[in-house]
Amino acid sequence: MNRMGGRKLNVQQLPLFATAAVFVVLYAIAAFRYPGFFSARVLANFFTDNAVLGIVAVGMTFVILGGGIDLSVGGMIGLSSILLARLIETSHLSALLAAMLLIVLGAGFGAAMGALIQFFALPPFLVTLGGMFFARGLGFVIALQSISISNPTYAQLAEWRLPLWGKIGLPLTAIVFILVFVLGLFLAHGTRFGRNVYALGGNENSALLMGLPVAATKIGIYSLSGALSALAGVVFTLYTFSGNPTAGNGLELDAIAAVVIGGTLLTGGVGYMAGTLLGVLIFGVIQTALTFEGTLSSWWTRIAIGGLLLIFILLQKVCALGSAHQRVP
Amino acid sequence: MQPLISFQALARSDGFRKLQWPLLALAGLLLFNLVFSPEFLRVEIKNGHLYGSTIDIFNRGAPVMLLALGMSLVIATGGVDLSVGALMAVSGAVAAILISRAHLGAMTAALGAIAAGLAGGAFNGVLVSLLRVQPIVATLILMVAGRGIAQLLSGGQIITFRNPGLEFLGGGYFAGLPFAISVVACVFVALGLFMRQTALGLFVEAVGNNERASRYAGISTGLIKFSVYLVSGGCAGLAGLIVASNIRAADANSAGLWLELDAILAVVIGGAGLTGGRFYLFNSLVGALLIQTLTTTILTRGIPVEFTLVVKAVVIIGVCLIQAEDFRRMLRGVWRPKQLGQARPK
Repeated sequence: MNRMGGRKLNVQQLPLFATAAVFVVLYAIAAFRYPGFFSARVLANFFTDNAVLGIVAVGMTFVILGGGIDLSVGGMIGLSSILLARLIETSHLSALLAAMLLIVLGAGFGAAMGALIQFFALPPFLVTLGGMFFARGLGFVIALQSISISNPTYAQLAEWRLPLWGKIGLPLTAIVFILVFVLGLFLAHGTRFGRNVYALGGNENSALLMGLPVAATKIGIYSLSGALSALAGVVFTLYTFSGNPTAGNGLELDAIAAVVIGGTLLTGGVGYMAGTLLGVLIFGVIQTALTFEGTLSSWWTRIAIGGLLLIFILLQKVCALGSAHQRVP
Repeated sequence: MQPLISFQALARSDGFRKLQWPLLALAGLLLFNLVFSPEFLRVEIKNGHLYGSTIDIFNRGAPVMLLALGMSLVIATGGVDLSVGALMAVSGAVAAILISRAHLGAMTAALGAIAAGLAGGAFNGVLVSLLRVQPIVATLILMVAGRGIAQLLSGGQIITFRNPGLEFLGGGYFAGLPFAISVVACVFVALGLFMRQTALGLFVEAVGNNERASRYAGISTGLIKFSVYLVSGGCAGLAGLIVASNIRAADANSAGLWLELDAILAVVIGGAGLTGGRFYLFNSLVGALLIQTLTTTILTRGIPVEFTLVVKAVVIIGVCLIQAEDFRRMLRGVWRPKQLGQARPK
């Protein structure tokens, strides 16, 4: 057995290390190739540009760890962003109140899907697919085109930067992303809820027989994911100063890809929240490198993500084989 | 010699029983249209071709019907193929390039496009059968990358083409009906014969029911799984070809967008659960027709298009609930409260 620094190398952690290695290698190649890539500003921008994806991916990590899948997140972003714009512009609600209202709505929406999945034993894939159509359709019903938000305090909020060092500051979007990630890290690895999610994803029947609150955990997972996607929709409006019913189209795929690249198994029960952050950052490196390159077109992002997905899935297979050899039959 | 179709056996069969709900829904929709927009059911003959909303439903529903046929087999093995929409985009792009850039004939372009779909299916098949990757993940790769590949092929542009041979596929008429309907019928009959007149269909269902037991029983489960993804990819290639031919262009961005979800929905409406082990090719076609009828009804009624998605969501959840044993038990409990304590039928 491998020994590293006196500690056994956990095979389950191997994908996490591999993800970290890929991130470092990709970042090093990009830094070597493009002058100015290796700078605090670019690093800060990874968090700023991928805040929406990152926030959703944190929720998706819980869903996938719990052995489910949530296709409704992209639709929820669209619904949340357009509803926020409508609430602020037409109903003249304060931005904070509207945002809080939406997060509660998102949580309720997720809880409803979770309840359908739990109590009627419906496949999460189909229920959240219904959720996706429902949220996206509702967004279009509210408004077909984007609604711009002309609230002056809102513009101030979006312009505000937390000064870090020099001229570099973190905008609110990045701060929200980092806070959500820290919260996710704590929830996954430091709370009873987190343990329950892992147990549920590992083996639902065992979790049930152990007396764990399976129903509450499952509904909790989906309502967390719903609330976070609603929050992501709010964050989206901070970029564009507008709500758009098409916002977050296809984002559910990117979020799932980021979680898988982060080393979380889609079968549930295995994975780390930190891996998801690395997965999102890898997205950031690829996209930023493509903008630095300039001549490469955007579709290379999709092909690169597909390729990375393939590599990581194959890697996970190798790891799974490794751990199968260890296991006592 | 056993007769090809025995109506008595058909009426008693599992597939027919599961067809009742979708047929009821379809009849309900048609009745709704008959009452509120009578012109919906009218079929006219112009220039020897049949015209009308119902014909249009068949024509527009053809791509999803093709996808649903392939998807039925994939779902029967307990898998799912998310890549078909993206493969449609690839296939359309390949056909358009072969016609307009390489100046090849319609036949070559069509074969090339179907080959592209088959190649994608083979990729999925290898991942699922040989490397034992979860189907949802394995096909996610091409779902993400496929559209990128299609855009790479077409240089991010919509490639238009003019070729009478290829245009016939999606826009031509055969026996008074749009040619796409004949294509769907051919694929349906061919798959049906292959699956139900040989043991192949049983093998597919066996793999979905219990893979290990099937392997011990001597079925080469890997080959079966590989083949169903190959078939699904081929169907996607054909569907992409029809869509491209219909609009005389390959649009990598929107061709087949979200159609994989419609195809899965069609199969589930047809009564085959996502857990696998069963497939009903005809039911899947009816499911696809139901989805298209719903969309067309919403369009002709002048209901805002944006409601289509909401209605679809309600249909998905409704179909899932109707098929869920727990929900039916609950309903029975509501209707006949005295029998609440009865054992769960299994």
